[in-house]
Order: sequence, then structure tokens, then C-alpha cells
Amino acid sequence: MLRRAFPILGVLTAALLSYGLYEALIGAPIEQSMGEVQRIFYYHAPSAWTAFLLFTVNFVASVVYLIRRSIKADILALVTAEVGVVFCTVVLVTGPLWARPVWGIWWTWDIRLTSTLVLWLIYVSYLMLRRFSSSGQTPLMAAVLAVFGALDVPLVYFSIWFFRTQHPQPVIGGGGSIDPKMLQVALINWAAFLCFAGLVCWSRYRLELLQREVEETEALEALLDSGGAP
Amino acid sequence: MKFLYAAYTATWIIHISYLAFVLRRYIRLRNKIQELNQK
Amino acid sequence: MSALATLTRASLSKDLRLEWRSKDAINSMLFFALLVVVIFSFSFDPTAEESRRIAGGLVWVAFLFAAVVALNQTWARELRNQVLDAYRVSPAPANALFLAKALGNFIFVIVLEAFMTPLFIVFYNLRALGAAYQLLIVSALGTWALVVNGTFFAAMSLRTRSREIMLPLLLFPISIPALLATVEGTTAILTGDYSPKFWIVLLAAYNVVFTTACLLLFDKVLNAE
Repeated sequence: MLRRAFPILGVLTAALLSYGLYEALIGAPIEQSMGEVQRIFYYHAPSAWTAFLLFTVNFVASVVYLIRRSIKADILALVTAEVGVVFCTVVLVTGPLWARPVWGIWWTWDIRLTSTLVLWLIYVSYLMLRRFSSSGQTPLMAAVLAVFGALDVPLVYFSIWFFRTQHPQPVIGGGGSIDPKMLQVALINWAAFLCFAGLVCWSRYRLELLQREVEETEALEALLDSGGAP
Repeated sequence: MKFLYAAYTATWIIHISYLAFVLRRYIRLRNKIQELNQK
Repeated sequence: MSALATLTRASLSKDLRLEWRSKDAINSMLFFALLVVVIFSFSFDPTAEESRRIAGGLVWVAFLFAAVVALNQTWARELRNQVLDAYRVSPAPANALFLAKALGNFIFVIVLEAFMTPLFIVFYNLRALGAAYQLLIVSALGTWALVVNGTFFAAMSLRTRSREIMLPLLLFPISIPALLATVEGTTAILTGDYSPKFWIVLLAAYNVVFTTACLLLFDKVLNAE
């Protein structure tokens, strides 16, 4: 059922993405103080929201795995972590590209930037753990690490928040009201990115499921071979 | 303007490289399945 | 409860006695930290004023790397003679083992710090401008923060390939808030510019959160099969 729906969903997502791109580059009004560069916002912020959402799903799936030991929850955790890291990378790359022309610096130890960086580091280490451990305990270890990472997030946030208040920082224009049209464009892009992330996660999920099946078959085959020829 | 295009291009380069990574794993897996079927 | 305390004490005293006889961990840590201090010292050669500002970072980076050396060896001995398997089938609570290992590592790192601090003072001409006794609180809390997660992740990385590399990769990202708090707290006390109170509270919160998490989850990690 879903298999047949996939191309249709793909086309719909592509359409939504192109519409979002059009709105972001042409449809949205020009921001007064930052000019054209502000349009990075329409990719930067929705990517960040998507990444955070995926990491939340990862945490929930990890907890479900710890309680129920379901393989599906484990695969979901792996997939959301991977796609989340991809979106987080987008945030970390577009962030400095926006900061440079606007603030004159590539990077500042701003609370949101730094927390995102730390989050990225935590999830990269999560993926490294999954990659390096090949045994049957991998899902459990990964789920435990995901729980630790989630516990770390508020602590990271507070520590950087306080760190920032002690050290002089470049003034970053925040707050203020946002043009409703701008918000609308950002939300359209967010919807498009969510559909895209959903599709990618889904294909990655199917792939991982298939991969595990193949590995099982292979192991069985090897077992039969060694049993058949003493 | 330069930065704007750079950011949009970078975003899609990152996404497409991830998709390529997934696709490569898929192809490798398909080859493996064929191999197993031949046995 | 008392069974937990007895077992912890037995396991801890065994580890301490072993370490006392071989001195493997402490020697390697000490020498490693010494190397870091010397290299930093002549690559920066700071004045007294500067060194006050950067010493917090340098000291803790040296301790962090040295602690990883000890943490990596935590479970190696138990793995060699299948002690962990024996532990798994025994009715002893898993947490006793974890607490003993964490406390043992804590003691090793504290001893290391006690040896290295005078050296730092000599090399960097340090004198605290804030309340020096607070350094004791910051270092005790900061060391526990490193060691509790380090012991836990060392147990986790036992089952991975190239586990010596895996431990810092897992430990450092999670420890960023603790490291930041320890370094900033130390700097605050050394320079006397601002109060380290917030950092101490943050470290205490970090310790409570992660000690609880480790104790709740260690059983699962030990028995993972």
C-alpha cells in the first residue's frame, strides 16, 4: 500500500519543496536591516526545527526500545538520528553563512549556535557507537546513550546560557515581531522539509529492515554451510 | 546575495550526499540479495 | 542496602589493593599529565596575569586526558578472567560493582590531581585571587562528573571494536557542560572576578542527574546479551 504511494508522495514533496523555494527566494518580502541575506532564514530555521523534532523522536524510540526491546523502535531510533544529524549539519553550515554578512563573523558562542553544535556532537558520537559496535547489544547501548544525550540537553543549555552572560558577546539582533508573511513562508518550508525528512526516514527504515533480514539469512547460510561440511 | 546562494546550495549538497549514501547502501544490499539467491 | 555497601567496599578495597601493588594506572596517568603540563608550559609561556585566565582550561584538559587513560583500564582486568560473566550469574547487585569502580577511579584521579596541582602552581606561577577552598569543591564535583560517566561508558564500550578510541568519543560530548562548568568555576576562583556559585550548582545538578541515570541503567548494560 505504502509502496505504491511512495512515488506520489515523492512528487508531492518535490512540488512542496519547489514551492517553498520559490516563496523563500521570490515570494517573501525583503527584510529591512539584513536585506536579501535574511532569506537564509527560510532554510535555516525549518531545518533546525526538523532536526530537533527528529532527535525527540529518537529519544522516544530509544525509551520504547529500553522498555519493550522492539526491533522496530531500534531501527526508528537509528534512522531518526541519522537524518537528524543531516538536518543539524544543514543548520550548522547555513548558520555561519548567514552570520558572516550580517554580524561580520562566522561563528560566535551564542547559546543557540553552541547548543546546536553540542547536540550535533552528541548525535555524531551516537552514530559512531552504532557503527563501531557490531554485536547484538548495539541497540541497547545506543538506546542508553540516547537517554544520556537527552538528559544532557538541558544541562548544556544552562551552562552555555550562563557562560554567555559572563563573556562579552557581539550584539545579535533578536526578538522583535516577525512579518506574518515571513512566518508563513518559513512554515511552508518547514512542512516541505518535514515531508522530505519523513520520506527519507521511511526509505532508510525499509533499507535497514531489509539489511537486517539479509544479514540474518547470511548468518543462517554460514551456519548451514559449516554444519553441512564438517 | 553570494552568501544566500551558497547557503541554499550547501543545503542541497548535504541532502543529496546523504541520499547518495543511502542509495549506495541500497545497491550494495541488492547485489548481496542476488548473490544469496543464486546460492 | 547493607549488602550493597558491603559488596561495594569489598570490590573497592580489592581494586585499591591491586592498584597499590602494581601502581599501573596511577603511574601512567601521572606521567601522561606531566607531559601535558610540560608541553603546554613551553608552548605558551604565559605571564602570571594571563596564566590565571588560561590555567583553568589547561589543568582540566590535562586531567581529562589523564583520566581517560585510567578509565580505559577500568574493566580490562575483569574482562581477562571472565569476572564479569561470574558477576552476571551471581545474585550480587550490579550497582555495587559500578559504584566500586566509579569510586576507585574517583580516588585515582583525585590522587593524580593532588600530585599535579603543586606542579601547575610552580610552572604557571599560580595564586588564587578568589576563595581557594572553593577549588576543592569544584574539583571534587568536576572529577566525579567525569568519572561517573567515564566508568559507565567504559563498560558500554567494552563490546565495541577498538574500545580505547570509543571511550573519549562517547564521553567528551556528553561531558561538555561538566567540563565547561569545571573550567569556568576554576577560572572564576583563580581570577576572583566573579562568583563560581552557579557553576558549583550546575556541577551538583549534573552529578545528581547522571549518577542516578548510571545507577538505573548499569544493570541493563552489564547484563546485555
